[in-house]
Amino acid sequence: MTVEQLKEKLGLKVFGGEQGLANEISGGYVSDLLSDVMGNADTGQIWITLQTHKNVMAIASLKDLVAIILVKNHEPEEDTLAQSNEEGIPLLGTNMSTFELSGKIYELLK
Amino acid sequence: MHFEYQIEGGNFTRAGFASSEIKKMLKQLNVDLAIIKRTVVATYEAEVNVVAHAYSGTIYVDVDEKKIIIKLVDEGPGIPDIEQAMKEGYSTASSRVREMGFGAGMGLPNMKKNADDLKISSEVGKGTTVEIRMRFSS
Ligand SMILES: Nc1ncnc2c1ncn2[C@@H]1O[C@H](COP(=O)(O)OP(=O)(O)OP(=O)(O)O)[C@@H](O)[C@H]1O
Ligand SMILES: [Mg+2]
Repeated sequence: MTVEQLKEKLGLKVFGGEQGLANEISGGYVSDLLSDVMGNADTGQIWITLQTHKNVMAIASLKDLVAIILVKNHEPEEDTLAQSNEEGIPLLGTNMSTFELSGKIYELLK
Repeated sequence: MHFEYQIEGGNFTRAGFASSEIKKMLKQLNVDLAIIKRTVVATYEAEVNVVAHAYSGTIYVDVDEKKIIIKLVDEGPGIPDIEQAMKEGYSTASSRVREMGFGAGMGLPNMKKNADDLKISSEVGKGTTVEIRMRFSS
């Protein structure tokens, strides 16, 4: 499934990084602890978090993650959004909680 | 080849810049992807530790066709007990740093897991030196 398809199925909001919407999702990782993501997320995964600052984009880029989804209506900070657009890594949003969103994505990807 | 990068303590907007430059360079050198991934994890954690825990630092990078050596030298409070600091979950991060999602006490364990060779030396009240070595042929 591509990021675009996931976005359509779940009605996710696209904040930025549209260039990367066609990329294929290999799986997902859920954490708000940055060194947990650094140590355990893997290439091609989607990352679900409530962290909105620029370091999440730095990590997504360094780890070659395919997109970030911000939960519970969190909005990215300005420089986070700018880096998402620069790198072409989609930054998405939802009003769902982490639990609800993860469950839905898990079902769709399995 | 030799490169140097400056790190500013407390400046999280620049955290990860040097790691990103090192990643790009290793890709250009066609280093094995699995080795690049491990290098990136170890370097990022070391870089963020200078930002989160020290006042300022310099990264010295030496790379040839066989290996990369990344040495981070900081001026900062130092680490009184390195063995304790290496334990997963141990952190002295400030509440501001924790709110950002840092401070899980997983950075040093990540470095240990991913570096081929990791050396840490520290002097309390002066600073810390971290050396990460990666070999390109496995
Ligand atoms: N460069 C440094 N200067 C001073 N203290 C350091 C330095 N690097 C690590 N430490 C000390 O070692 C502890 C553990 O470091 P580690 O990277 O494992 O966790 P953390 O930085 O606190 O959290 P995380 O890396 O999970 O975000 C730190 O909380 C700090 O007390
Ligand atoms: Mg750390």
